[in-house]
Amino acid sequence: MNRLSAPTSISVNILDRPIGGRGSRSTSEQTVSLSMFSYLYSEIVQYHQNRVDSISELERKLEATGYGVGLRVLELLTFRTKDYTRETSLMNMLQFVSTTAWKSLFGKAADSLERSIDHADEYMIVDYAPITSTFVSVPADFGGLSVDAYISGMIGGMLDGAGFPARVTAHSVALEDVVLPPRKEKAVFLVKFAASVLERDAHLS
Amino acid sequence: MVFLHLFVVNRSGGLIHHRHLSNKAPKIGTNEWLRIGSTFHSLHAIAAEASPVRLPGGKNSNDGIEEMVTGGMVLRSFQTRTGIKFVLTAEPQTPDLGQVLKEIYVLYTECVLKDPFYELEMPIRSELFVHAVDALVERVQNAVSISPTKHR
Repeated sequence: MNRLSAPTSISVNILDRPIGGRGSRSTSEQTVSLSMFSYLYSEIVQYHQNRVDSISELERKLEATGYGVGLRVLELLTFRTKDYTRETSLMNMLQFVSTTAWKSLFGKAADSLERSIDHADEYMIVDYAPITSTFVSVPADFGGLSVDAYISGMIGGMLDGAGFPARVTAHSVALEDVVLPPRKEKAVFLVKFAASVLERDAHLS
Repeated sequence: MVFLHLFVVNRSGGLIHHRHLSNKAPKIGTNEWLRIGSTFHSLHAIAAEASPVRLPGGKNSNDGIEEMVTGGMVLRSFQTRTGIKFVLTAEPQTPDLGQVLKEIYVLYTECVLKDPFYELEMPIRSELFVHAVDALVERVQNAVSISPTKHR
């Protein structure tokens, strides 16, 4: 097989290499500071907040911001796997998102991947400490806003890019056993696949 | 040996946060708190001006009141580089007030400044900040009551 090697040695443009990863193998130099991300994300939320009329519109905006990131991350991760494999079955794709992609984005796998009991086309990815809401306190009058909508946008982008169109929404769910700190809410990303995806998957398996 | 109150004053003297840290703390109304906040801000500024010793290069030009000790309580103030003052009151001889203030400052930078719904100089309403301060106070209080103290 003809294998392309990543052009690490000839990359001169900062956009061609991971932030901080100046050819170094150490983890601390290949990761981005959580503080830096939080300040940047905080600004993104404030930017959109001043340009929307409703809470749900703000969530849509955050999703749209994440969507493009999802598409690009999928492209990058596919490129990095040695044989350019692409997931074709629904379960494998969800596994890919909640483990491989999650690890590369957040340094850990998602806490769980569950299938909805009531609806066959709905799946849930659960994360107990999503980085988008680490330092965020949503005011009471923002009723039910989930600032993790950015991540749901990324999931949507990844699934769409891989040919699994789905509607992904983020929800903050209060934890039952309140063991403070660090968190009292978990993020649930509800993935609702389009009917065509399930039909195709049924044919394949 | 318990903490009584915490209040935070912004750089123009407005009170942006206040809460009592134990049941022993005297009940003070919000209007009184606003008055205390701005009065302390003014006294702090006067104290900085009145300071007779000036280090070369104006190194201590931001000094103001750092500590006030009375028979019934001790007040400790910490001013950040951006002019926000964190003030903690406690019963006399409570140790580590300065350290606790610095940790509260860290919590402020984490939970408040990184919150997209917080506007600078405005009142702090962050739930995370309140919970984190409570957890910190509880931790310090327990550590103090377990370890034998020199003062008794």
